[in-house]
Amino acid sequence: MDTIVQAFGLVFATDVMIAIVASAFYGLTVGALPGLSATMATALLVPITFYLSPIAAIATIITASAMAIFSGDIPGCLLRIPGTPASAAYTDEAYAMTRKGQAETALGICLWFSALGGIAGTLSLMLIAPLLAEVALAFSTYENFWLAMLGLMCATLVARSSPIKAIAAMLLGLLITCIGIDNPGGVPRFTFGSTDLLGGIEPIPALVGVFALAEVMRALTTHEPPKMEHRRLGSILKGQIELTKKYPKQQARGNIVGIIIGVLPGAGADMAAWVSYSLSKRFSKTPEKFGTGHPEGLVEAGASNNASLASGWVPALLFGIPGDTITAIAIGVLYMKGLNPGPTLFTEQAASMYALYIIFMLGNFIMIPFGIIMIRLASRIVSAPRSAVMPVIMIFTAVGAFATAGNNLFAVYCVAAFGLIGFVMEKNGYPVAAMVLGIVMGTMVEQSFVTSLIKSDGSVLPFVNRPVAGVLAAMTFAALLWPALSWVLRRRARRQRLATA
Amino acid sequence: MMLSDRISGGAVATLGAIAFVYGSQLPPVPGQQVGPSAFPMVVGAGLVFCGALIVFGIGRSFEEVAEAELVEHSAPEVMEPLPGWRQWLALLPPALLVFYAMASETLGFLVTTAIMIATASFAFGARPKLVVPLAIIAPLVINTIFLKLLRVPLPAGLLPLPW
Repeated sequence: MDTIVQAFGLVFATDVMIAIVASAFYGLTVGALPGLSATMATALLVPITFYLSPIAAIATIITASAMAIFSGDIPGCLLRIPGTPASAAYTDEAYAMTRKGQAETALGICLWFSALGGIAGTLSLMLIAPLLAEVALAFSTYENFWLAMLGLMCATLVARSSPIKAIAAMLLGLLITCIGIDNPGGVPRFTFGSTDLLGGIEPIPALVGVFALAEVMRALTTHEPPKMEHRRLGSILKGQIELTKKYPKQQARGNIVGIIIGVLPGAGADMAAWVSYSLSKRFSKTPEKFGTGHPEGLVEAGASNNASLASGWVPALLFGIPGDTITAIAIGVLYMKGLNPGPTLFTEQAASMYALYIIFMLGNFIMIPFGIIMIRLASRIVSAPRSAVMPVIMIFTAVGAFATAGNNLFAVYCVAAFGLIGFVMEKNGYPVAAMVLGIVMGTMVEQSFVTSLIKSDGSVLPFVNRPVAGVLAAMTFAALLWPALSWVLRRRARRQRLATA
Repeated sequence: MMLSDRISGGAVATLGAIAFVYGSQLPPVPGQQVGPSAFPMVVGAGLVFCGALIVFGIGRSFEEVAEAELVEHSAPEVMEPLPGWRQWLALLPPALLVFYAMASETLGFLVTTAIMIATASFAFGARPKLVVPLAIIAPLVINTIFLKLLRVPLPAGLLPLPW
């Protein structure tokens, strides 16, 4: 009980409150701008969090990401341009509702079910994380190694691209963490005589480059999105209670799917929305209505993507394995603030963990009033010209990386290099999220791999003959072989179809 | 910047091979069987394997499915191709960051970023009416945020922050 009181004290401090309100508006604004993703919003915040207290820093990340995921629905709904990739799955549907003159209902669904989904996700985080922490305390380096491998494999499975390219991207991330002297032998690796490279590549400049600078680069090669005209909207929340009563199964399924996908490493809100939307269509009694402005899929996908946000923190807090790209950034912030991820976080830093839950709850509650304000202001904010927003973001990537790296200009070169790498990879179908996961987890993977090998005297047997390690190993290999199996099945199905035709 | 799978896969495999060879030459830790060379060699071998598969076009069918889905869900006007030279414009932001890294110490934050913002804004097709005020005001605001709120000193160079 004491810890809970202490946690409330931590959250309801002035600096944390200011951080929550400011980052809420920031997240809503960035999310609503087409082409700026929630991940980018979070990445650009990291330099700011560097100078905040630990709880305020975490509050900033949580609030901004939740708000940005919701407000990405606004331009999707009004312009048919998803503000964040997490909204892409149901942009068509929301826009179809707008064309039918139901813009306020569509936006209301996005807001209402996002907030409820976020709360469901938070409850799952509160429930699952402490339970798993008990189990995780008994893990040795073998289990940690397989867990990390499983995390990396999941990231490649869920990538919406060729699984082989995803694995290549992930390995590239692992290779990048080899740079520097932070390795089992303490020898400089891949430094090519450069003193800057001795310290290795920090994840933050890499993340900022891949998620923010590459986005600016991509914007230069695409059309300017059309302007949003000012539109009078009726009551946003009207009818939402009825919809909640009408689609309880869809909402629950969306929440559960979102939570599961969030817990899976590497798969985040965008994946959750895609899966939930297609599930909703498959199980619907009226699948033919989908795509014509039917609220059912919107309810389920909206409930799903925000639910995945909180549960994505489960593997992040317990094992340092990011549940999605946003928690990949959050892990960097946790380390920076001395809240190193691990099962002991729940015993030694219990108050901070409770504070984190409270912030999640608070964030989702204030989403409703703040979201309504944002929807009303959207037509003004979204019409900010891209030619003014993008250059400023570019400056922030430079200054932000510079500030987090202890005022070292090398970080600026890193951002430039990773912007280029991220841009080229994305263009050629190599998922950057997989590479980022590799970068965030590389050092940990290598450490558990080499320590395990040293302990076992070079034998691979202990990697598989401990019960938990064995199960995790089997799951990893199943994840590795799954794409091949699904390809064979698909091919056979196609051949059968041709044969019958 | 679109490369064929042959080229990108070949690049991945070559990178893996280099990592493998480089890793194998790292000095071992005395008295230990496994040392700093194990991980780069494993990762390098994996990259060679993946690169080879990509060259032979394995896994391509998964990408086609994803691409088709993306086209289906995007507005047609957004998917229209732009002229080829616009693709090369993408190199501008990283080039401007390199410029920042090289010039900010001498020119100072305000001057450097004003140049960067003006260039990028022009590249996005802004009119001078927008570019000029933006290039003057934005650096001042960003500098103030970082200096006063976050206490990060940014290079003053030719033109220090006036307050």
